[in-house]
Formats: sequence, C-alpha cells, structure tokens
Amino acid sequence: MTTASGVPVHPRLGARLAYHVQRALRPHAGFRWLSARIEASDPARALFTGAEHQVKAGLFGCRMCGQCTLPVTGYVCPMGCPKELRNGPCGGVGADGSCEVYPERRCVWVEAYERAASQGRSADLRLLHRPVDHRRWGQSSWLSYWQGRDEGLWTPGAGDPADGQGARR
Amino acid sequence: MSLRERLASGSFAVTAEISPPRGASIGQVTETAGLLRDWVDAVNVTDNQGAHVRLASWSGSLAVLAAGVEPVMQMTCRDRNRIALQSDLLGASALGIRNILVMTGDHPKFGDHPGARPVFDLDSVQLLWTLRTMRDQGVLLSGRRLGPAPECFLGAVENPFAPPVGFRAERLGKKVAAGAQFVQTQFVFDVPAFGRWMAQVRDLGLHERCAILAGVGAVRSRRALDFMRDKVPGVVLPDDVYRRLRAVPEDRTAAEGAGLAAETVQQVAGIPGVAGVHLLVAGNEQAVPGILDAAGIRAGGPGVRTSRGSEAPGGC
Repeated sequence: MTTASGVPVHPRLGARLAYHVQRALRPHAGFRWLSARIEASDPARALFTGAEHQVKAGLFGCRMCGQCTLPVTGYVCPMGCPKELRNGPCGGVGADGSCEVYPERRCVWVEAYERAASQGRSADLRLLHRPVDHRRWGQSSWLSYWQGRDEGLWTPGAGDPADGQGARR
Repeated sequence: MSLRERLASGSFAVTAEISPPRGASIGQVTETAGLLRDWVDAVNVTDNQGAHVRLASWSGSLAVLAAGVEPVMQMTCRDRNRIALQSDLLGASALGIRNILVMTGDHPKFGDHPGARPVFDLDSVQLLWTLRTMRDQGVLLSGRRLGPAPECFLGAVENPFAPPVGFRAERLGKKVAAGAQFVQTQFVFDVPAFGRWMAQVRDLGLHERCAILAGVGAVRSRRALDFMRDKVPGVVLPDDVYRRLRAVPEDRTAAEGAGLAAETVQQVAGIPGVAGVHLLVAGNEQAVPGILDAAGIRAGGPGVRTSRGSEAPGGC
C-alpha cells in the first residue's frame, strides 16, 4: 500500500494490446468462481494482490488505489496525476503537454486522450468518475472487478455521486 | 439583480476577482469591494490562490457581502477533504453566500508551503456533483440526509488553451453534467483560440446549460508580463501579445495592458454564446472601471449597466 503523491507514468503496454488483454479478462462465471475462491483464503488473496501490484506497477505505475479506472482511461493511470484527478486534466498542463508539477513528464490525461482516441475509445473519457473510497487502498482491483464490486466506479450520467460507498444513513 | 438573475436575463455579466490579504484584517477586502460595487455583478474571493496562505475565502466573502456586493466564494480541492468541503458549503449558504466557484486548485509545490500535504480528496467534477446533490437531493455524499438543503449557484473554471485542447469543451461538459451553472475561464489572450473552443462548446450545446464568462486580465508591468508567460501554470500568452506589451515604454505598460483588456472584452462579447466576462485583476482592481468604460460597458449599479451585443445564454 502506498499513499504518497502520484507521479505521472508512461504506460509500458501499448494501448491496442491493453484493450485486447482487457477483453480476455472480462468477468465471466469462471473468473467469478476463481476470485471467490481466492478471496476465501487470506494467503491466496495476499499472494494474488501482490502479483497484481507487481504486474500493474511495472506496466502502468499502479499505486494500488484498489479502484482501477484503466479500462476507461486509455490504460493510463490517473492516480499518477499529482492531484489524483480521475475526471480529466487540470488547467495547468503545459503547452507541450507536460505535467505542471513534473514538467519532465507528460500529463497522464494528455496520454489518456491520445491513447483512447487511437483505439476509438474517446467516449470513455466523458464518463463521470465517483470519488475514491480511501478504505480500498492496497486491495486487489481485479478481484473486485470479477466480483462485480466495481460497477459503480463511473457512470455516463450524473446520478448519485455516492453510489455504493460511504456510511449509509 | 443577482449574478444568477443577470445571467438568466441574458444581459452581459461582469465579475471580477479579489485576492484577500496575508494578514488578519478585512479592511482591504471591504475597500476593494466598494470600488467594484457599481461595476460588477459579483466579486470572486480567491481560496489561498496559488497555494499561498491568505485570509480565508469564506471570511473575505462575508466582507464582500457586507459591503453590498455579491460574493463568489472560491473553493479548491487542494486543502480540504470531502467532510470539510461539504461543511463549508453549509456554512456559506447559512450565512448568505450563494455563489460557489469550484476548482481543483494549484498544487502546493507552487505555493509558500511546498511541503504541505496535497489533499485532492475530491476532484472538481466530484465536488460540483456533491454540492449539487446536497442542494437538489438534500443528501450528503455519505447518503445521509441533511436539512435544510443549502442554496447555491454553482460555478466551475476551465482552461480552453491547455492540452489536450480537443478535450477541453468535453471536460466542461462533464462539469456541466456534474452541476456547473456558470464557468469562468482562464485568461483569454488568444482570442482566435478562445473562439475555436467556444465553437466546440456551442456544438455540445453547453452555452445553453451553463453561462460562459471569459477570463480577461490586465497586465500592469513588464515583470507581471514575464511572470504570466513563464510562471503561471496554464496561461498561454501569444508572441504578438507579448511583443505588443513589451513595445511600449515601461511606464506605459499598465495603460497598454488595460487597453488590451478592454479590446479583449469587446472581442469576446461578440462571440456567440459568451454570457459575460470575468476580470482577473487581483491586486489591480482599480483598473476595472477604466477597462469596462473603454469597452463601452457603463457603470451605474447592477441592473442599470448597458449590455454589449452578445448572444443571450440560456437560463441557468
């Protein structure tokens, strides 16, 4: 688990390949069964979560926020933004597309925009992302995804910003 | 006439920005608000602008209100988490502060406390969404009911000039979907580029759901000019504008800067869908009457000022 500020990371996996991998990882009965088995065992869950972190940190600079947006942000991690902006770039992006806080790096949203557009996925960037649930740092996002717990992370329209999180009433 | 009413009426709106002092005195805010009273519909009070510690935005907003001017309380996501931000809206609304301008906020790295912890618990879209839900549904982000619900007119900011330029109008669209009823833009020095962004805004129909106020600034010295070009994140200062302001003798830079601002006000007022201007003059507020006068926008108090020929925005 890490909560230090984000640093923009250029993904090591091409956008096209990333979307292919995503198709292979979509939830189905097999993954649901497997993820439930993994979650039932603490050692298995820890091992799986560690492996997920290794893979995603190497490819995308993942910091394990536990609520992965990669499939709808051009496979560029928005938590690499020093302001952790999940709904698009701030107004301080340099004219050359550089991050205002780390000028030697490119803004994650400039990269997300280019990569999503290159794969015909620009519409993804219009989705509204709900606030991060900070209790989920360090947890596996893949297990949550297969278990259907990530369905409220983003939405096409502006319904309830609190969907699925917080202390209810 | 309130800012909301002015924008709903379709006549040209003017807002300006003041920056509270670094000290425990409100006199300067009151004085500046008095200076602007007859010229603007509302006055923004910045929230620790540039990540530099200043007197609190809510405190400055109350002083503006007491001076007979409508405040726009700026609220950044940099220093407070979702609990504090929601609490601030309740406090502001209860005390009569109606206009809230939501922005991400400059990173602490650029301020006077670069070692501060950046909060950014919510982003600007999520904060707008939360505040709108508090007002319209009477619920907190937690889902817990609140009562009475706050009253507020919600604003956002946008930078039409920063990459990815092709996404900037859509980014405003997200803010409008989340709850933005008006938007104030970054400094417009490049009017053609602003016009291209406005064309995208109109294509998305956003100007009918959200009043667009173009940010216009007055450069008052060569030092400010260089600072703005090199140091302020997100400001695009075209070479021809830079050369024009450098070409005059140094003691005439302020006059030339005000003249350029007046021309810019007239130019943006002619762009369909522009509902008004936001004068970014913090620290240089005395330039406001001159700029508006030169632009043909007359003083006379809210409701009496004549409007320039811009197309009316939709009801907000």
